[in-house]
Amino acid sequence: MDIAVFLVQCLNAVQYGLLLFLVASGLTLIFGILGVINLAHGSFYMIGAYLAYALAPWAAAHLGAGFFGALAIGLVLSIVFGYVLEWAFVSYLYQREHLQQVLMTYGLILVFEELRSIIVGDDVHGVAPPAWLSGSVALGGVMSYPVYRLFMSGVCIAIALALYAVLTRTRVGMAIRAGATNREMVQSLGVDIRLLYRIVFAAGVALAVFAGMIAAPVSSVYPGMGNQVLIVSFVVVVIGGIGSIRGALLASLLVGFVDTFGKVFIPQIAGILVYLLMALILLWRPEGLFRTS
Amino acid sequence: MIFHRAMLVRAVLAAALCTGAGGVAAQGKIKVGFMLPYTGTYAALGTAIENGFRLYVQEQGGKLGGRELEYFKVDDESEPSKAVDNINKLIKRDNVDVVVGTVHSGVVMAMAKVAKDTNTLLIVPNAGAGAVTGPMCAPNIFRSSFSNWQPGYAMGKVAGERGAKKVATITWKYAAGDESVEGFKEGLKASGGDVVKELTLPFPNVEFQALLTEIAATKPDAVYAFFAGGGAVKFVKDYAAAGLNKTIPLYGPGFLTDGTLEAQGAAAQGMLTTLHYADGLDVPKDKAFRADYNKAYKTTPDVYAVQGYDAAQMLGAGLAAVNGDVGKRTQLVAAIETAHIDSPRGAFTLSKAHNPVQDIYLRKVVGTENRYEGVAVKALADPAKGCGM
Repeated sequence: MDIAVFLVQCLNAVQYGLLLFLVASGLTLIFGILGVINLAHGSFYMIGAYLAYALAPWAAAHLGAGFFGALAIGLVLSIVFGYVLEWAFVSYLYQREHLQQVLMTYGLILVFEELRSIIVGDDVHGVAPPAWLSGSVALGGVMSYPVYRLFMSGVCIAIALALYAVLTRTRVGMAIRAGATNREMVQSLGVDIRLLYRIVFAAGVALAVFAGMIAAPVSSVYPGMGNQVLIVSFVVVVIGGIGSIRGALLASLLVGFVDTFGKVFIPQIAGILVYLLMALILLWRPEGLFRTS
Repeated sequence: MIFHRAMLVRAVLAAALCTGAGGVAAQGKIKVGFMLPYTGTYAALGTAIENGFRLYVQEQGGKLGGRELEYFKVDDESEPSKAVDNINKLIKRDNVDVVVGTVHSGVVMAMAKVAKDTNTLLIVPNAGAGAVTGPMCAPNIFRSSFSNWQPGYAMGKVAGERGAKKVATITWKYAAGDESVEGFKEGLKASGGDVVKELTLPFPNVEFQALLTEIAATKPDAVYAFFAGGGAVKFVKDYAAAGLNKTIPLYGPGFLTDGTLEAQGAAAQGMLTTLHYADGLDVPKDKAFRADYNKAYKTTPDVYAVQGYDAAQMLGAGLAAVNGDVGKRTQLVAAIETAHIDSPRGAFTLSKAHNPVQDIYLRKVVGTENRYEGVAVKALADPAKGCGM
């Protein structure tokens, strides 16, 4: 493999890893802070992609900015959606066992998939990226690289930084981290923990929906698209350490590299490499790379 | 309490009478069991197959071989682990005379095994797994669609004739992909080319970027890809986005573009694929079929509807020969084996292993159609490796 091809492959790995991070960060927030195993997280990703598909024509007609208009509306809708979902279902799960959480959120997957089938149907759809991002740049004579993929990576980095800043530098972030460690103590200090949890869940849902929307032009929109993402996201969360944003970022990139170079060098076992990585890391550090205190 | 018990007894008696009466009434009807995907990724395909089947039966006045049909349905969910249970529901619970199914190759393998063990008549209306008309072949198992090998071989032949010497292949690492690539390789070698790089990724992974970079570095004369559904859309778009379609032509079996052209948009324009069906065929039967289907279901039929329609034709040919007496299995099977099926895809016959011997067409993507370009290979028969019949 010559150096130019190697560098392009590294770019592929980073770019895939960053998108994974966007989905997994929401999952690790909900899992780590609320203690809820949320199997429906993949469905939120799927809902995001379908929102981008459904809203883009409407936004283009009424707001003049098709894709970004859809992105903005979708983001608002997803926060409301997450907030309501927490109030209606998830808030009953905090004191329950993991098995009941799994049952409830698995049920949500089935409901969302059926609703999707009824409302939009089972066809595959494409979403067009905004015109100014639809070109591509030549990379060292190897191949051309779509500008939209680079844009996606930029957005993911921006969100990673923003998340990190909110959690470590703001009062809300502090309350969230404290709430994860000791729910009762934070409550007795006068923080409305129910509202806090509702916000965290809404933010987690919004992250997944946003990831689905921003990935839609690249991944297309099709039934069952959330399930694949869900499994890899859980791997990322487990490798990174449950609840750790830093861990999720590092783990996403690690998975991106292992997946990309695994496909190139050892395609025979590429399907299990990511899980092998997870097993090895768990042997070495059972709590994952970064453990939340 | 006593009142309730009396009610219960009455209800049970009534139910028993009903089923008894139902049993008598149903004796006159032939029981057809659809085992198809009605939910999930392949739901649209399952519906199209059933629609096609019912359309032919309606055209015959609702009767095949002089007997009316009664339908039983099971949703196979494209789930191989449930396949044995599902087909047993039709065979053991509903006592069907014939099973029609299914789309997914993994599910069909389990179905073929059960059909073989219980000697149930099975007509496969889509799944192209080579084994069904290969090592697993049996007198009671038929296929109205294709084998994965067939479109692959035809595309290989065309690619070689168009001057491709060094070709890279890419597919998911699973049976259907392997069989398709195998067919392609044989066709390509027969017309003077060779496969220089075989790329695979785990099913149903859709992160193609790493392998597209490999293709760009290899610089082959052409690429052959086997994907379906969402994966196919993403691959064709990623291939175009990487700029590869400008220098390296992308070939594939028809599944790469069928039913998903609206989503693939500009990325697929001009692409060549091979399949046993196409838009704009000059076949009178096809024009009539399309018009009738459109009238009945308010939508344009696809290749899956054709395969369902032909499954009914094959069953009809068999039943006509025995006047609807499904007990005369040997004559029924012999009649299907020798039948000329007047399919919308063009007439076909069946091979010794019960797979269609059919023309494979070369098609070109124009707008949202897979437009007929010519015949890639005439009357192509699957080699039926491992079949003892």
